[in-house]
Amino acid sequence: MPRNEGTTARPARHEIRKPESAVNVQTETAYKYIGKPTPRYDGIAQVTGTNAYVDDIRLPGMLTVKVLRAPVLKANLLNVDVSGAARVRGVAAVISAKDVPGGYYGMYGDQPVLADREIRYKGQVIAAVAAVDQDAALEAVEQIKLDLEELPAVLDPEEAMKPDTPKVRPEGNIWSFDGGPFRKVRLGDVDRGFAEADHIVEGTYTTPMQEQSPMETSCSVAMVESGDQLVIRSLSQSPYLHLRQLSNVLKLPMNKMRLVGGNTGGAFGGRFEIHTDHVAGLLALKTRKPVKWRWTREEETLYSTHRGRWKFYFKDGVKKDGRIVARYVRTLHDTGAYTGMGPYCVEKNAMMVAGPFNIPNIAIDGYCVFTNRTPSGAMRGFGVMAGQVCEEIQMHRMAEILGMDPWEIRFVNAWREGDMTATGKVVDNVGAIECMQAVAKLAGIDLPERLKAMSSREKRG
Amino acid sequence: MKYVLSFTVNGQPMETLAEPTTSLLDVLRDKLEVTSPKRGCESGDCGACTVLVNGKAVPSCLTVALTVAGSEITTVEGLVQDGQLHPLQRAFYEHGATQCGFCTCGMLMAAKALLDRNPSPTRDEIVLGMSGNLCRCGGYVQVMEAIEDVAGRKYEVKAADTRGGK
Amino acid sequence: MKKRGVGIAVYCHPTGAKGGGDPSQAMMRLKLDGTLDLLVGSVDLGQGSNTVLRQIAAETLGVPLENITVTNHDTDTGPLCMGTGASRVTFMDGNAVIAAAEDLKRQIREWSTERFEVAADDLEVADNKVSVKGNPQAFMSFAEVGNEMNWKGSFPVGKGSYCPPAQTFDQETGRMTQIAAIAYAACVAEVEVDTGTGVVEVKKLAQAYEIGTGINPLLIKAQIDGGTMQGLGFTLAEDLGPNYPSLKFAPSNFLDYLIPNTADVPEMTYTTVSLPSRGEGPFGAKGFAEMCSFPPIAAIIGAIHDAVGIWIYDYPATPERVLRALEAAGTPAA
Repeated sequence: MPRNEGTTARPARHEIRKPESAVNVQTETAYKYIGKPTPRYDGIAQVTGTNAYVDDIRLPGMLTVKVLRAPVLKANLLNVDVSGAARVRGVAAVISAKDVPGGYYGMYGDQPVLADREIRYKGQVIAAVAAVDQDAALEAVEQIKLDLEELPAVLDPEEAMKPDTPKVRPEGNIWSFDGGPFRKVRLGDVDRGFAEADHIVEGTYTTPMQEQSPMETSCSVAMVESGDQLVIRSLSQSPYLHLRQLSNVLKLPMNKMRLVGGNTGGAFGGRFEIHTDHVAGLLALKTRKPVKWRWTREEETLYSTHRGRWKFYFKDGVKKDGRIVARYVRTLHDTGAYTGMGPYCVEKNAMMVAGPFNIPNIAIDGYCVFTNRTPSGAMRGFGVMAGQVCEEIQMHRMAEILGMDPWEIRFVNAWREGDMTATGKVVDNVGAIECMQAVAKLAGIDLPERLKAMSSREKRG
Repeated sequence: MKYVLSFTVNGQPMETLAEPTTSLLDVLRDKLEVTSPKRGCESGDCGACTVLVNGKAVPSCLTVALTVAGSEITTVEGLVQDGQLHPLQRAFYEHGATQCGFCTCGMLMAAKALLDRNPSPTRDEIVLGMSGNLCRCGGYVQVMEAIEDVAGRKYEVKAADTRGGK
Repeated sequence: MKKRGVGIAVYCHPTGAKGGGDPSQAMMRLKLDGTLDLLVGSVDLGQGSNTVLRQIAAETLGVPLENITVTNHDTDTGPLCMGTGASRVTFMDGNAVIAAAEDLKRQIREWSTERFEVAADDLEVADNKVSVKGNPQAFMSFAEVGNEMNWKGSFPVGKGSYCPPAQTFDQETGRMTQIAAIAYAACVAEVEVDTGTGVVEVKKLAQAYEIGTGINPLLIKAQIDGGTMQGLGFTLAEDLGPNYPSLKFAPSNFLDYLIPNTADVPEMTYTTVSLPSRGEGPFGAKGFAEMCSFPPIAAIIGAIHDAVGIWIYDYPATPERVLRALEAAGTPAA
């Protein structure tokens, strides 16, 4: 009987079948399926309208959920009175913070499912109603009475960093990275680099809060099924991470919950945080009926996680010949009212913000700041896109100041094999130069021969 | 006060009771269990709910069901005939014109309406005809290429192939 | 007045979660008739991960694509995946799928030694069968193997996992070297700026990507065409926190949060670039689709500068911001 010895979850790599030829691995003839245009696995289901999105799911006796959201940016939440709501005809359950059996959720476990002592952002969920239809649910929400003590709030991240500004959270408005106020990256010595530079180019940039805006709004269908297991039809991008968070919130072991998903109407990072699974799950457990909570487009736009706003300050030192000898970047990421994935985002940004360029002296100070805005989250290019966009404008401005072609400055500085990233990784399989050469050709731009002759595989002289 | 509303949906007579203000989208999805039109915005801006009413493309979220009672409604469920995909369905599939697929049903109905009234549209006419259908995955190019190929009669309707996972 | 300009940009994007340590698992089960179930824990968000992972499985196992069903529904039966994001699924799940397929092949070879009376190393699994190396007449089809293995007390399920090493940042230097792969992209953008209205129209985009091995060109095209539209939105129109100080003006639906439509699609061309070497991704693939929203952005801002001589530092470059910058630069709006 053969022993089943599949690879275990060790850091070691498994064996990969090497191709016949190591050169030009794009050769399509080497493979039967790899590199071949292949229609989507679920394509027929999509064009016939037979794949079920979560909102397409209807279960007998299913209840509809509507929630009460905070009307102000910041407040002490003194009392939530749901008694009037519970009396509305057709209402099966009304829940508030006291009905949450366990703890908070989020990557750092700091976000309450239903606001308990305080409001930290406008739109934060305070209470939820499950009713036989939308009208009953909305009427019940109207009957919930709040006792709030409104407090001053802060919306601007630079304001939030000042000492006298209202605190978004008790620990203060600046996340601590290893005991310091920013994630620190230090390669070489930027001061020495700036001293050597022929020109110093500074720039301050802001990037927008961008909403993932998937065509399908957030939705969960939750029901307790046979075996007393809570089953949630979910849009989660990370069912296992969310299972762990839900386990903490609902005080249920993982085998008493099941996330069913795998078919999402778009996500773009927005579903890396729990939006509806926790509340739907709570109401399903309370009512022992199927429960659906679907967000309106307005809720999706205003209250789901979004690409956080950034502010970047660049200071670059460049030589006359175009070589960048020093780059300092101060980054400021607005993570909103709760931590979410903010610190992760700042750190990933610190890894990549200096761009695909060989710069001997780099310093990065990456700040993660809290404001009373809707918590930010992941969106396509999380932590990487916003910073590199600004970095590229710096490149172009430097070229302008040097009187140099914008292609040239990039070619001169672009990584070659064996160069190093800001955080010390030696790069291989490098393709920045080749991409620039290819795109110039595609655009009908005839690059100077000197640039056409460059290669990522040439040794630095 | 509820009204009895009758429609012909994809060639089948259907009837339901609904409040006078109920949208056609809600009637189709919640009452008649026709789920291909999707709720993208419920304000008539995204096109995910597009269906044909007497052959004309409408945003069903903004269409009051009572006002179109008695009409012929066509949705994606009505495109497959005798187990064969409509040329638009096959073209979308083969061009990779679907990503998450949520906008697809609305796109298909808008495309059908476009080609029904203008069988040989220019690219600009396709752009305009499809400009009411939002796709956040951004798959517009492949959608428009699929429509062009159908207009150019590059699509045969092949024998029954509506199984998934092929 | 309408003025045209050209801008360029080059980017890089890492594959995998920051700091590594992000596992994925896969299972491949051989059914009674030789078809297979591929179970993964990732989520197809529209990027096509199920399709890509199926291609990887079919290629590795040497079976027809249509013989593989992909199931990723369920935390009870599905294997672990840290999450679908960070451009990690093709790479991490893909490598886990290869490991699962290789594991299944090994089980089939080991089980078949008795039937063919040769050592496992003398058997090969390819072309939807197991056969003796050098003796193609001595083979069993997958259908036979599936039937025999399952009914005779074996349980042919291949399992595999892939997890890059985990690393934390050095406190003093920020040293962080755990990056599974880095992909590259470059873009040339041509825009037309209307100096009277501040409206920027993107006329042409050319893009080049280096992504290791492209597993599925149809899906690559979709990601490039699609990601570009999100990039355009970021550059020119989308902002949840507009210029006004009060949240009362925050956009709430598609009427005031403008995402691109068909009329915003520029003339687009793209190409992919091959390198002579490859990394550790499945068949040399790198994570890529996230990056598709980046290339146009800085290229467009650079093109605006080329067209009308202004730099925009706050994005999106709305008509208001363009007009204010023109005004500040002393350029008359005309």
